[in-house]
Amino acid sequence: MTGPHRLPAGGRIDRSRTLAFRFDGRRYTGHPGDTLASALLANGVRLFARSFKYHRPRGVMAAGAEEPNALVLLEPGPFAEPNLRATEIELYDGLTAESVNRWPSLRFDLGAATGLMSGLFVAGFYYKTFMWPPSWWNRIYAPAIRRMAGLARAPREPDPEVYEHRHAHCDILVVGGGPAGIAAAHAAAAAGARVMLADERPRPGGSLPDGPERVGGEDGAAWAGRMLAGTSALLLPRTTAFGYYDHNFVALAERLTEGLSPSERAGRPRQRIWHVRARRVVLATGAHERPLVFPGNDLPGVMLARSVTAYIHRYGVLPGNRAVFLANDDSVYAAAREFARHGGEVAAVVDLRVDGTADADGLPVLRGAVPLRTLGRRAVTGIEIESEGAARRIACDLVAMGGGWNPAVHLFSQSRGMLRWDDQLQTFVPGRSAQAERSVGAAAGRFDLEGCIAEGAETGAAFARELGFDAPAPSALPERPHRPAPAQTAPPAGRGKAFVDFQNDVTAADVALARREGMHSVEHLKRWTTLGMATDQGKTSNINGLALMAAGLGVPPAEVGHTTFRPPYTPVPFGALAGRNIAALADPVRRTPMQDWQEANGAVFEPVGQWLRARYYPRDGETMREAVARECRAVREAAGILDASTLGKIDIRGPDAAEFLNRIYTNGWKTLAVGRCRYGLMLGEDGMVFDDGVTTRTGEHRYLMTTTSGNAAAVLDWLEEWLQTEWPELRVYCTSVTEQWGTITVSGPQARALLEPLVEDIDLDPAAFPFLSMREGRIDGVPGRIFRIAFTGELSYEVNLPWRRAAPVWAKLVEAGAVPYGTEAMHVLRAEKGFIVVGHETDGTVTPVDLGMERMLSSRKDFIGRRSLARPDSQRADRKQLVGLLPEDASEVLQEGAQIVETPGATPPVPMLGHVTSSYWSPVMGRGFALALVRGGRARHGDRVWASATTGESRVRIVDPVFYDPEGARLDG
Amino acid sequence: MMRIECPWCGGRDETEFHYGGEAHIARPEDPDALSDEAWADYLFMRANPRGVHAERWMHAQGCRQWFNVLRHTASHEVVAVYPMGAPRPDHPETAA
Ligand SMILES: [Zn+2]
Repeated sequence: MTGPHRLPAGGRIDRSRTLAFRFDGRRYTGHPGDTLASALLANGVRLFARSFKYHRPRGVMAAGAEEPNALVLLEPGPFAEPNLRATEIELYDGLTAESVNRWPSLRFDLGAATGLMSGLFVAGFYYKTFMWPPSWWNRIYAPAIRRMAGLARAPREPDPEVYEHRHAHCDILVVGGGPAGIAAAHAAAAAGARVMLADERPRPGGSLPDGPERVGGEDGAAWAGRMLAGTSALLLPRTTAFGYYDHNFVALAERLTEGLSPSERAGRPRQRIWHVRARRVVLATGAHERPLVFPGNDLPGVMLARSVTAYIHRYGVLPGNRAVFLANDDSVYAAAREFARHGGEVAAVVDLRVDGTADADGLPVLRGAVPLRTLGRRAVTGIEIESEGAARRIACDLVAMGGGWNPAVHLFSQSRGMLRWDDQLQTFVPGRSAQAERSVGAAAGRFDLEGCIAEGAETGAAFARELGFDAPAPSALPERPHRPAPAQTAPPAGRGKAFVDFQNDVTAADVALARREGMHSVEHLKRWTTLGMATDQGKTSNINGLALMAAGLGVPPAEVGHTTFRPPYTPVPFGALAGRNIAALADPVRRTPMQDWQEANGAVFEPVGQWLRARYYPRDGETMREAVARECRAVREAAGILDASTLGKIDIRGPDAAEFLNRIYTNGWKTLAVGRCRYGLMLGEDGMVFDDGVTTRTGEHRYLMTTTSGNAAAVLDWLEEWLQTEWPELRVYCTSVTEQWGTITVSGPQARALLEPLVEDIDLDPAAFPFLSMREGRIDGVPGRIFRIAFTGELSYEVNLPWRRAAPVWAKLVEAGAVPYGTEAMHVLRAEKGFIVVGHETDGTVTPVDLGMERMLSSRKDFIGRRSLARPDSQRADRKQLVGLLPEDASEVLQEGAQIVETPGATPPVPMLGHVTSSYWSPVMGRGFALALVRGGRARHGDRVWASATTGESRVRIVDPVFYDPEGARLDG
Repeated sequence: MMRIECPWCGGRDETEFHYGGEAHIARPEDPDALSDEAWADYLFMRANPRGVHAERWMHAQGCRQWFNVLRHTASHEVVAVYPMGAPRPDHPETAA
């Protein structure tokens, strides 16, 4: 026998096998089929956790997903999973779990002292008690609150388990494998529809295995299995539908290794997220029993009445010996009878309803009585009630409460269906649907077993017919039997903490306080008290909370309304949501042809879009600054090579290509000859610089456009959008060829000498091959192209080769003496020349005029963004304009992003003149220099201003942005 | 997540598409003829109705074609899908 509370027989557990497990370091045993909660209850364990805010002792209240109290940390180390509900953890041999939010131990908890100071911790205490001084918040209040309040800690190690995702389409998705859901799936599948049935429990049957109910004389679980066995419906057990989104898109989390120890799980995905698109959805999600709100209702030993029945029938566990049943619903009488039938003593059935009519049938019933408070410190030892005007105490070790039933409307509400208040049930039920969906059975507020099955079958068949399948015509549903209404949730009669939201420690007094403080909307109530905002999403608390608020305001609950139900229905691990998109697959890296060489030769990389680009190539012992300076000198004095393969390349073809470029770029393109290149500037329609690059006419009706590395996809989108939406008459086609051409830029006075031995049929002489032109030929025997383009200001050849043929040429150039230079040296060299980089010198608010590029604006044609340049704001004289900056201290390199101000040490508010956009050490000038955008800066060359950064303030001189070879004398070597 | 009927590829998940804002805003023939105010109106002002909205979508992860959609902004019901350049179809307002 596994524990003193295990019944000698019964339960859907395998008594032939015994499993050993540990909770808070102590060893216990259970059986296959147990949950952690049922096994601990069988062993007489009552204390499971400490509460979130007051550190109150908490036990098990429920038997399923709605459990608010019994949260545990499952397994240690990397397998640790925090805040799991013990009621849903399937027991396995060797399981290890710990209680949460206790310090130093569950029985002796220092934090329980917060309970003594609870005057400080009332609703809204975050907003009031810890207001002042603000500087204390981060240092003192927040860390203290975090230590005292909260749930389990997340594991620090990487999650060793794998998760996967699957997409599925079906005709009908049924959520919930209880009687109604099974009947719906059976009927729809029988008609030939493709049916999926997601059920959160390990075995189908819903609440049937929880109680004595039989279907037409047959055992409930056996009936469930038989109904599904003969159909084509895909049954997904241990699968929670956690989110219902637009157009019948439902997300499911399937737990594939539940009940297996970490070693048994090896090699299997732990969870699978299903992305299901269903033509129709049947919501058969059942209902949750409503707790009663009275002082001490959170003490271990206070449980939901039907959950007591579930522990008896599913697990063969009698959770107490002597029980008081608190009934606000007739279903509690059945629970009391089951308890008595299995050997428990029913001390009393306390019926809160004055006019209760349920048949006592031998039970000691007190009608019109109310609970005043529970007795006991760490667990229930009795209860004080008021009956016929007098208080009396009843000794017991279990209080089983039933306040009525709340249909699990979470998914219905997520689907944007409208909820309707039902006076008969004293709760919200599904009203008008917003999507192709229907709620059936208890989820629709129906509780007679025969009716639930009939409603499910009818809905399954009706949906199948709607989708064109042949299903039998509807038969009349049985009438809903009369059900005496529960009393409305009322403020507690006794004194002491009466919990509404157990997981977030929100009491009836907090709800009343919120109302007195003016929180008259449920949305305010929720945020002020945090009611319903815990990991259980208010499954047991929301209805009681708003009913209490309605009672306080003196309005019907329907008028108070409800807050929004949001996904997930139960927590989903981040690992499951991420699936396989982690590590290298989280954001795939695009690789250049030269990357293997660069990695082998110690390059330091930086991310540019999805690429990693070699930033610099340090030699033995070199700092970054030394390496970059050496690379810059090599380009200025000899020759360097840059991997420019990441530049976006778009092949543009068609008879109207020139006209198209004319509209897209600010400058003119109709006169460009075949084989010639031109720099182009692209604006948004708002006149702001969007991208730049060199485009070459490679044929009569063919161009090759280059874009900045990070903007390649955006530019292709931009071109296609204009072609398709605005100018469909233009015969132009765009194709991305970025990864067809590997690009090596050879730059420096010796570039020609270096390249010449590798080139067979192209005359590299600048006289024959002028700047801004293109030649085709063979490079190292491979057909390719060479462009005379220079971003460094030196003699340059940009060599394009088929992607997979570029790396050998790179290696040969290195062998011949070329110095590889990275993006950092490229930036220094281009900034010395005053060349902009989109994203450095531009930020979406910069026009070509601001950059001093007026000469790029054609006056003989329209182009995108032109009209905006004539807007008054674009023509303001005090716009920020591109300038150069020289720090007075030549050794200084300014911080990028430093703010430009007129005077140092000014008192705020300080007028901001602009900011540093690029800043480097220039080896050729032997000093630091920068580019900046400064208000009216072009008229201020020679002025001295200050650059203010986190590192301090520096005096700088405004100068022309071209620092090196302004005449362009070096272009031809 | 919505399901959108691409006129070329058929129904696909919303994540495959790129939203392009309000449809039927033609670039002015002669931008210079417009006042600053009229140009700003073309540039920046868009309808934001609660109800059926004509908007542009592009099947970015598929055929990369642009097309127009009539969509109810509250219910997300896709009322109609029609090619670029075609006029907005007559359609009675559907209830939210
Ligand atoms: Zn498509």
